[in-house]
Amino acid sequence: MATEVLPWLFLQPARPGPCDALRNAAKTLPMKNRHASAPLLEPRPAGPSAAEAELRTCLVAGLAGDAARYRRFLDGLSGHLRAYLRRRLPRARDDVEDILQETLLAVHNARHTYRPEQPLTAWVHAIARYKLMDFFRAHSRREALHDPFDDDGGLFVASDVEPTDARRDVTALLQALPDRHRLPIQLVKLEGLSVAEAARCCGMSESAVKVGVHRGLKALAARIRGNA
Amino acid sequence: MKTDDFIALLAAQTPPVDQHAPARRFALAWIAGFVVALLLMVLLLGVRPDIEDAVRMPTFWFRLCYAGAIAAAALWVTARLARPGVRVGGAWAVLATPVALGWVAMGWVLAHAAPGTHLPLILGHTWRVCPILIATLAMPAFVAMLWAVRGMAPVRPRLAGAAVGLLAGATGTVAYCLHCPEMAPPFWSTWYLLGMLIPAALGTLVGPRALRW
Repeated sequence: MATEVLPWLFLQPARPGPCDALRNAAKTLPMKNRHASAPLLEPRPAGPSAAEAELRTCLVAGLAGDAARYRRFLDGLSGHLRAYLRRRLPRARDDVEDILQETLLAVHNARHTYRPEQPLTAWVHAIARYKLMDFFRAHSRREALHDPFDDDGGLFVASDVEPTDARRDVTALLQALPDRHRLPIQLVKLEGLSVAEAARCCGMSESAVKVGVHRGLKALAARIRGNA
Repeated sequence: MKTDDFIALLAAQTPPVDQHAPARRFALAWIAGFVVALLLMVLLLGVRPDIEDAVRMPTFWFRLCYAGAIAAAALWVTARLARPGVRVGGAWAVLATPVALGWVAMGWVLAHAAPGTHLPLILGHTWRVCPILIATLAMPAFVAMLWAVRGMAPVRPRLAGAAVGLLAGATGTVAYCLHCPEMAPPFWSTWYLLGMLIPAALGTLVGPRALRW
């Protein structure tokens, strides 16, 4: 699990600029298009980008105790991190700001582990990824607790054994009905006979069969509601 | 809290950072762990009685260098794992070198040994207790180095825990070398290594919890 360096962490402009509206509009485009268009807007430089070099200078000055430049480093970094996190969490806008602050705090608390000769991207990216993983872990734990009530309720809706179960349940329910209701339902609804055939079969009048089906189904429905 | 306010809060507390603090912390932790391991060895096990004769044997120093080299390489690996975004890279190869050399020495000795003496050479007299004693002597350095790495920012805590464990194991082994009467390379390149791997395994287990930040 080697730390992969993402050079494009510093590709996006850090501060809201005149092209902000354009960028916001671009955000509504599908992921694929955004990625394809990013290098066109800002060609990737060969070495560390100018933004990274400037941030690095500010951080190094901040480590020496220059509060103003340290502030400028955090400001600039937060813009890049926000863009980075939004790419990673396109559907969790609310969480982005939380993770961003977590990550900034982590960067601040771990600033003594940065060595000036180290590429800033590698260092920041490792911290951001660690915090993002932290978030995913906590999030999945939380989601796991919610599962039965949330979106996974669909798990028990469809089932391969449904027809078998239904036949068994209907048979069991029918047993509870009196004969004058049970027989018409069984003959007409389950075996598919016509009302006349069913009437002849069980020696009832046609209207008695119709009434039996109607009342029997009503009784079944009431019983099912009572059970549920 | 708005992120801008949050940044202002963070930027308000920026005393200059001492670039050498991590190195001092590591040195302090390692020396403390080693000294306590030495004390434990002297008090619980005792230095081997024939130490004056032993120091004249090349194998004694070869064995001590084996443990010392693994300790140094593991310290290097640990220090790299303690910083975000630093690749361990070549340090792994440096760590593997003394282990491999130990096995080469074992192979060489076993190849030249008389038939029937192979198993005694490997088992020695103390193979049952050796790994356990090494793991015990490793504990002071284990705790101290966990403390040192906690003060850094390991982004792979499980691996960092393992490296701390291996470093502690090798530190305990250096102390144990002054007690252990076994001189045959087949013995120590087996059981010493196993003794070092016990705290390494322990580090793998406790790393994710102990090294969270």
